Amino acid sequence: MTETSEHIDTAPVPARRGIMRRVQDSWRQIITIIPFFYLLVFFLAPFFIVAKISLAELAIASPPFTSLIEWTDSGVMTIRLVFDNFIYIWEDSLYLDTYLNSLKISITSTVICLVFGYPIAYGIVRSGPVAKPILLFCIILPFWTSFLLRVYSWMGILADQGTINNLLIALGVIDEPIRMLYTEFAVYIGIVYTYMPFMILPLYANMEKLDGSLNEAAADLGSRPANTFFKVTLPLTIPGVVAGCLLVFIPATGEYVIPDLLGGGNVQMIGRVLFNEFSRNSDWPVAAAVAIVLLVLLVVPMMVFQNFQGKASEDQ
Amino acid sequence: MYAKRSRFLTVMLTLGMAFFYIPMILLVVYSFNHSKLVPVWGGWSLRWYGELFQSEEVWSAVALSLQIAFVNATFATLLGTLAALAMVRFGRFRGRTLFGGMLVAPLVMPEVITGLSLLVFFISLNQFIGWPAERGFTTITLAHITFSLAYVAVTVQARLTGMGQTLEEAAADLGAKPLKVLTAITIPQLTPALISGWLLAFTLSLDDLVIASFVTGPGANTLPILIFSRIRLGLRPDINALATIMILVIAICVAIAAILMFRQHRADLRDQQMAGTKES
Repeated sequence: MTETSEHIDTAPVPARRGIMRRVQDSWRQIITIIPFFYLLVFFLAPFFIVAKISLAELAIASPPFTSLIEWTDSGVMTIRLVFDNFIYIWEDSLYLDTYLNSLKISITSTVICLVFGYPIAYGIVRSGPVAKPILLFCIILPFWTSFLLRVYSWMGILADQGTINNLLIALGVIDEPIRMLYTEFAVYIGIVYTYMPFMILPLYANMEKLDGSLNEAAADLGSRPANTFFKVTLPLTIPGVVAGCLLVFIPATGEYVIPDLLGGGNVQMIGRVLFNEFSRNSDWPVAAAVAIVLLVLLVVPMMVFQNFQGKASEDQ
Repeated sequence: MYAKRSRFLTVMLTLGMAFFYIPMILLVVYSFNHSKLVPVWGGWSLRWYGELFQSEEVWSAVALSLQIAFVNATFATLLGTLAALAMVRFGRFRGRTLFGGMLVAPLVMPEVITGLSLLVFFISLNQFIGWPAERGFTTITLAHITFSLAYVAVTVQARLTGMGQTLEEAAADLGAKPLKVLTAITIPQLTPALISGWLLAFTLSLDDLVIASFVTGPGANTLPILIFSRIRLGLRPDINALATIMILVIAICVAIAAILMFRQHRADLRDQQMAGTKES
C-alpha cells in the first residue's frame, strides 16, 4: 500500500499521468476481458446448459431432450421444468447407493493418503540439503507421468496371473491366486497411488515454512518429541492438511478411470455411472441430473479450497 | 536447525518411494518380456516395440495428441498469463471474484462434469450457429485450453507475486510506456514461469482421457483414448512398450522443467535481495 502511494506522489507531471492512466486502463481491460470471456464461454456457460438439460425430459430427438420453453398457438410462452430426473435419482436406490459408495471410497482413500503422506512429507522436510530436492523430484515425477499408465501398472501387479500372485505361488504361500484386480481393494490402491502426490505436495509446502525455532523452544522447555509434534507441529500444519485432503477428496469422488480399469464392473462409483449413462444409455437428462447432484455435493469442499488458494496467494 | 530425521520417518520415506516406483519399474521391465501374458516372464525381447512401431493406429493417435497438446499449450500460456496479470497486477475490478473462482474451479472440478458440460455445450452451439460441425481436434483443443489455462495462471501468478513490482515501477517512473514495461521488464522476468507453464499445459493435454472422450467425435482418437480402449480388455504388452517410451520422454521434460524451476527460484531470491525486502 505504502509503495503505491509513494509511486503516485513521485510520478512526474500530473497531466501526463492522466493520459498514461487512460492508455493503461484500456490495456488493462483488453488483458482482463480476453481470458475472462474465454472462461465465461467455455467454462461457465456449459454448466448452465447442463442445469437446463437436467430439468428437461428425455425425447426421441437430436439432442435427446425436450425444450424447456415452448410457444403455444396463441403465442404464449410456457416454461416447463421437470424435476422427474432428480426424483428418479432419489428414488432409484442404484444412484443413491452409488453416491454413498463414491463418498465412502473417496473419504477412506483421503484418510489413507493423509496417514501415509504426512510422515512422507515430514520426512522430506527433515532431510538434508542434498536429499531434499532429490526426494521432492521423486514425488513430482509421477505427478507428471501419464495417469492412465500409472493406473495400468497396477493391473499387471494385481491380476490373477499378476506379479503378486505369481510371487506368492512361487514362494508356496498360496496355491490358488487371490482375486485382487476388479475388486474394491484394487480401486483403493489405485486412488491412493495416483492421488498421493496431491496430498504430499501441499503438506510439504506448508511444513517447509514452519519455524524450526518453535520446536527448539519446546525442546528447551523440556517437551518430549512426541509431545512437541502433537502440540506444536501438527496444529501448525492444519492448512496443509486441509488443502491436501481437498485435493484428494474432490477429484477422487468423481473418479471414472480407476473404478473402470481396476474395479471392473464390480465397484460402482458415480463418475462411472455418469459416463455410462451418457455414452451407453444416451439418457442425457438423467446424466445431467447426476452431474448436477455430484456438483452440489462437491461445491462446499470446492469453495473451501478456493478460499484457501486465495489466502495462500495473498500471504505470499 | 532441524533435528535429524527420525528412524520412523526414514522408514516411511523408503516405503513411500518403493510404493511410487516399483509399479513403474515393473511396467518398464514387462515391456521387454517376450511372453504375450504380461506378468509371466518369457525372456527378454524387443518384440512389442516392433509391433508398436508398425501400428499405424498408434502413430496417428500420437500425431493427433501432439498437435492438440502443442496448440493447447500455446493458447493456454497466452490466456493464462493474461489472466494472472489481471489477477495480480490490476487490483480490484468488477467481476474479480467470479473471475478468480473460474480460474481455480477447473483445478479441482471432476473431469466427468467438465467433459459432460463441454459436450452438451458444443452440441447446443452446433444447433444454434452450426459450429462446430464435427467434433475432434478443435473441440478437444478448446476443452483442454479451458483447464490448462487455469494451471498456467496459478504458475504465473506465483511468479508475479514472487518478483514484486519494483522493476516495473522503476521503468514506469523513468517514462516507459505500459506496453514497453510489459515487453521489456515483465515478460523477460516471467520467462521461466511461462516455459514451465507451457510444459505443464502440454503434459496435461497429453494425459487427458476423460474430457477428450466426451468431446471427441468419430475417428478422432487421441493417444489416451487409444490406450484406454486397449487396456480396458486386459493387459497388453504393446502398451507396456508404449508406456516405457512415454515415461522416458516425460522424464526428460520434467528434468528440463526442474532446471527451469531451480533457475526461477534463484531469480526470486535475487529479486528479493534487489528489492531489499526481508525474507518472511
